[in-house]
Amino acid sequence: MAEAVAESALPTRSPGTPARPRRRRANWVPYALLAPGLLWLIVFFVAPMVTTLSTSLQQGNVDDGYVLTGNVAVYWEALQAYWPQLLRSLVYAGIATLLSLALGYPLAYFIASRKGRAKNFLLVLVIAPFFTSFLIRTMAWQSILSGEGGLLEKLLGWLHLGFLFDWFGNVLEFLHLSPNGQILGSPWAVVWGLTYNFLPFMILPLYTSLDRLDGRLLEAAGDLYATPRETFRYVTWPLSLPGVVSGTLLTFIPAAGDYINSRLLGNTNTVMIGQVIDSQFLRVLDYPLAAALSFILLILILGMVTAYVRKAGTEELV
Amino acid sequence: MTEDNLVFRAALARGMVSRRSALLGAAGLGVTALAGCGIKGRNPGGGAAAATTPTAAAAKDLSTTEKVVNWSNWPEYIDVDDKTQGHPTLDAFTKQTGLKVNYTEDYNDNDEFYAKVRPLLAAGKDTGRDTWCSTDWMVARLIRQGYVQKINLANFPNHANIVDSLVTVEFDPGRLYSVPWQSGFAGIAYNPKATGGVKVESVDQLLTDTRLKGRVTLLTEMRDTVGLVMMAMGKDIADFTDADFNAAIDEIKKAKDAGQIKGFTGNEYGKPLSSGDTAACFAWTGDVVQLKVDNPSLGYTLPTTGCTLWSDNFVIPALAQHKANAEKLINYYYEPEVMAQVVDYVNYISPVRGTAAILQRTDPAVASNPLIVPDAKTLSYAHVFKGLTAAQETKYSQAFSELTAG
Repeated sequence: MAEAVAESALPTRSPGTPARPRRRRANWVPYALLAPGLLWLIVFFVAPMVTTLSTSLQQGNVDDGYVLTGNVAVYWEALQAYWPQLLRSLVYAGIATLLSLALGYPLAYFIASRKGRAKNFLLVLVIAPFFTSFLIRTMAWQSILSGEGGLLEKLLGWLHLGFLFDWFGNVLEFLHLSPNGQILGSPWAVVWGLTYNFLPFMILPLYTSLDRLDGRLLEAAGDLYATPRETFRYVTWPLSLPGVVSGTLLTFIPAAGDYINSRLLGNTNTVMIGQVIDSQFLRVLDYPLAAALSFILLILILGMVTAYVRKAGTEELV
Repeated sequence: MTEDNLVFRAALARGMVSRRSALLGAAGLGVTALAGCGIKGRNPGGGAAAATTPTAAAAKDLSTTEKVVNWSNWPEYIDVDDKTQGHPTLDAFTKQTGLKVNYTEDYNDNDEFYAKVRPLLAAGKDTGRDTWCSTDWMVARLIRQGYVQKINLANFPNHANIVDSLVTVEFDPGRLYSVPWQSGFAGIAYNPKATGGVKVESVDQLLTDTRLKGRVTLLTEMRDTVGLVMMAMGKDIADFTDADFNAAIDEIKKAKDAGQIKGFTGNEYGKPLSSGDTAACFAWTGDVVQLKVDNPSLGYTLPTTGCTLWSDNFVIPALAQHKANAEKLINYYYEPEVMAQVVDYVNYISPVRGTAAILQRTDPAVASNPLIVPDAKTLSYAHVFKGLTAAQETKYSQAFSELTAG
């Protein structure tokens, strides 16, 4: 009897007759939900990309106007003229990212391991610099690193360690990182400025990852006779990897396109690609060349980021 | 939802169409969009040899109904009352005419400002400004592109007060479109504290003296920087060849490669010069006279090989909403008494006839400063950079930009 009931309850479907169409949910719902995001992408990403690409393929000047001629040679010209600045930007941004990681990881770990109020306070300290403008914070480093009565020089002098300031300058000069033994106006100052400015973007994702780390896993590792170093190597580090990946991306990408730090803290031989693009757009008014350079930078970063994310093998960011 | 679309989605779901080829399709759409683009110029097809200069459109003048003038100017370029932080000459103008002046210091750099207003002007829109002060070469460009309006001399009877040497300029003969606000020289400034007491007296010394290594800044204004160097090489900046220009660029490049030059700056060279981070730099006269008030030890040299002379000029942009009011404002500043008050504060050179006599009475110290009231000898050093065609401008600024950002 039970069998019979079960049998009749099953839908009987012969191959020939199509199933009664299920009442379809209204088709537009997912699209409507996607619309704001899509619109945002189209207005702020696709449209600028298309205009930039189009601009890069135009020829002309401001007086006569620019006409789309499909002049692809401009990309080759741009690369030929400005590859050192492109390379320099990627190298500076890379070093700054590694420095941020080295400084940010212990800090994020420390914050994540605090409790309650102390944790919140430390997080506020990380975010606090954002209350001041990026430009002003970078200019502050001008007066900190200045060799003429700068804060660092004064502080070291007060601690009777003034020789350290000169010594550091001389090391930079010896390494050909400073033309005259000054700390300000050297590649080191630029990289340091980048590191400082983008450090919070490294700390915050790292913190999120490390904060979610289950303490019991670390205890378990200890129970299994793992040394602290092994615990870090096999438990903490892999689990924090999503934070590392998103932190490095959030640091590297803006750092590579930055042009404030090198302008305010560097010299004429630390020019980064952002400065070149700025000057081509605003001063020379060579819009096609500037657009081509922007596109090259974009593609380079996109390529590097893709390779990196594949290599890091993480699906989940943050 | 169309049949095709469903088929496509099904294929996508089964992996028959990879995401990548779907993206390619999207890119195809993008390419179609590309073809429709293009940036409009001012005289398409006309080029530099266009027979007619495009003229700036005038808007319906709201001057009689709206009692305001919107004026954009460079920072710290007008008299300031130290107590109230107000601008006494502007307040007096308001009291006299009932016109309120919205004075904005948002003109930091000619190129930057041009980049800001060009899209509006090109699209035939009001820039929200009735007047601003552009440097000579930028005025030349604005006139060439038809972005500035002719000034109505009926509202500007003081036109006769413009000093003779500034009336017959190459880019605006008779001053129909532009009226000088202040003039000045570009020369060399130095901080003896940072140079170890050494005076910097020539461009050559600035570019080669190893005691200044890595602590020299030059200006991002191409005409000042290249002009000063070209004159030091014995060329005439009113009449030079491409080879002369390139030789000057090479000279600066040599100094740059040797690590002599720290950077290229706009208005912002003042602070590092005062502190000593910059030992010596190319600088504008008025700035240095102002800096010397706080730091009297600063030195200033007008190179005997020649210095550049420039003016910043009032212009009235296309579609300005309060043109007549702007003209009244310009006329007001061409009263010698008013200009004397401004010059006494900003320490640049007055373009208004009769200012010097008033300064002699009100502030003899300023009147005897050859950087503010230049004597014949000082003026003999001063030269004006020649006017450039659009093509020359692009070529030269490209070369200069490879130097500053390269």
